[in-house]
Amino acid sequence: MLSHFIIKANIRWKRPKEMVWRRVKDQLAAKSMILAVAFANSIALLIALGLFIKSIPILEKKSIFHLLLSSSWHPLKGEFGFYPFIIGTLEVTTIAMILAVPVCLLSAIYLSEYAHHRFREFARVIIDIMAGIPSVIYGLWGVIVVVPFVRALGKVLDTPTTGYSLLAGGIILAIMVSPIIISVSVEVLRTVPIQARETALALGTTKWEAIKHVVLRSALHGILSAIVLGFARAFGETIAVLMIVGNVPKVPTSIFGPAYPLPALLANNYGEMMSIPLYNSALLLSALILLLIVSAFNITAHLTLMRIEKR
Amino acid sequence: MVKTRKIEESVFKVLMIASITLVLCVLAGILIVIVMRGASSLNLAMFTQTPEGGYYLGKGGGIANAIVGSLYLAFGASLLSFLFGLPIAFALQKEYLGRRLARMTRLSLDILWGTPSIVYGAFGFIIMVYLGLRASLLGGIITLSLLMLPIMIRSIEEVIRMTPPELKEISYALGTTRMETTLTVVLRQALPGIVTGVLLAFGRGIGDAASILFTAGYTDYIPRSLFDPVASLPLAVFFQVATPIPEVQQRAYASALILLIIVLLISLGSRLLSHRCSKHIVR
Repeated sequence: MLSHFIIKANIRWKRPKEMVWRRVKDQLAAKSMILAVAFANSIALLIALGLFIKSIPILEKKSIFHLLLSSSWHPLKGEFGFYPFIIGTLEVTTIAMILAVPVCLLSAIYLSEYAHHRFREFARVIIDIMAGIPSVIYGLWGVIVVVPFVRALGKVLDTPTTGYSLLAGGIILAIMVSPIIISVSVEVLRTVPIQARETALALGTTKWEAIKHVVLRSALHGILSAIVLGFARAFGETIAVLMIVGNVPKVPTSIFGPAYPLPALLANNYGEMMSIPLYNSALLLSALILLLIVSAFNITAHLTLMRIEKR
Repeated sequence: MVKTRKIEESVFKVLMIASITLVLCVLAGILIVIVMRGASSLNLAMFTQTPEGGYYLGKGGGIANAIVGSLYLAFGASLLSFLFGLPIAFALQKEYLGRRLARMTRLSLDILWGTPSIVYGAFGFIIMVYLGLRASLLGGIITLSLLMLPIMIRSIEEVIRMTPPELKEISYALGTTRMETTLTVVLRQALPGIVTGVLLAFGRGIGDAASILFTAGYTDYIPRSLFDPVASLPLAVFFQVATPIPEVQQRAYASALILLIIVLLISLGSRLLSHRCSKHIVR
């Protein structure tokens, strides 16, 4: 098997001149690769910078605190308060996490600790497929299934609702983030050494006690990172939420009421963006806020996961 | 005492099995609902015709514009990000960048992976305004390829990292340069990863709506040049479901089904192909 590769490596022993040429080619390739890497590294900064430059006009007119804390959204009058949108995003994401985290963690523990390895492989494929379903399809499913469900639930609980609500958005987001939470958690749980479990079991614990006191404790940081990654994903999700959350620019009062998350604001108004000068700037500022918040979460989570991987 | 401990274990086991069942059932539910709703309104005209006059009021036509448009966008963007992505994935080996810089790049790619696609859309829009482009196939391809780049690089690079160091060292011992080893030994080892990476990015790109909402536009025609606006399947679903006319909503379901089938086929294809390509891998 190895000889096959060595032959394919196709090494020729030729004149020194050719050797020099090979070195030059290698150097050129390495230099251009490093250039490409520099490009890749600068994309994130470029995006942040581009959005920042475009949002300078609005930042010059109004203070950032005023923009973040005012709840008056009247673009025609030049009032851009992001408060309802930020609160809307936070609430819909929080609902999603409350729904998703327990189910996902229990599933992850089952897959990592109890399940037969064949079932684990099967579940991994299924979860991969789930992660690959486009968000617009989740949104459509939300419109067909979740919205009527929430409407019916509202009727039972005597709170009339159209169904296009925080709760519906939260349910869909919970479904959308579960693949990432489950798959990262399973990976983290698998990194806990088998000896740790065996030591606990040898002390006479039940399997669940070993998991609770030993496995979960040593995987705690990784699992938190998985949750944070899910949170960041939910925070920036656009199309699916936009389709079912109702989009009314007010601070939401109940989970059966509509909300208007930040990404939805951005997606909904792109058509009018150019017509009102400050509007464009305000919307791009909202994209910048979104990027900064999501990146902050992602950086924390990935740094933690990297540290775990290194161990 | 022993009894309560046992009971606790069984309670949690039941909860766990219930949770995983719930997750699997939800996925099954999504697939079943989309297939049922979509299949009932799917017909040949959906694939072969572009929208006719009055299509959005429920008259004849299909979504050939969106199918072709989506394929154009996803192929173009995959090609573009592959051209940039492969060298970057190679460069992340320790021979080129060193461990520290490679780790930093990985982190920055992971952050890009997590960046919401609507942010890419807004950024793509800024670039297009700067370049004087209007919503077009080219704009969509550029934006989508930015979105795909981290996905592609990270999944290719995961596999490159699995190359046994001995294998590379054998090659170096024979007097090859880094590039020669990369292009002969590592490339061959990474082939399954490249296939999965490209297809994963393709699948993600074809299903993404938020990033092309600003940048690709929407049109009833099949684009003839890079500077024409282009329709896409996710946006076809998005726009059609928002109308109050039942016939048009039916078509949203059918469009969603077509999109879902494409995505599932790609996911299946990547599994099969990567399995095939891994025949000649040294582990």
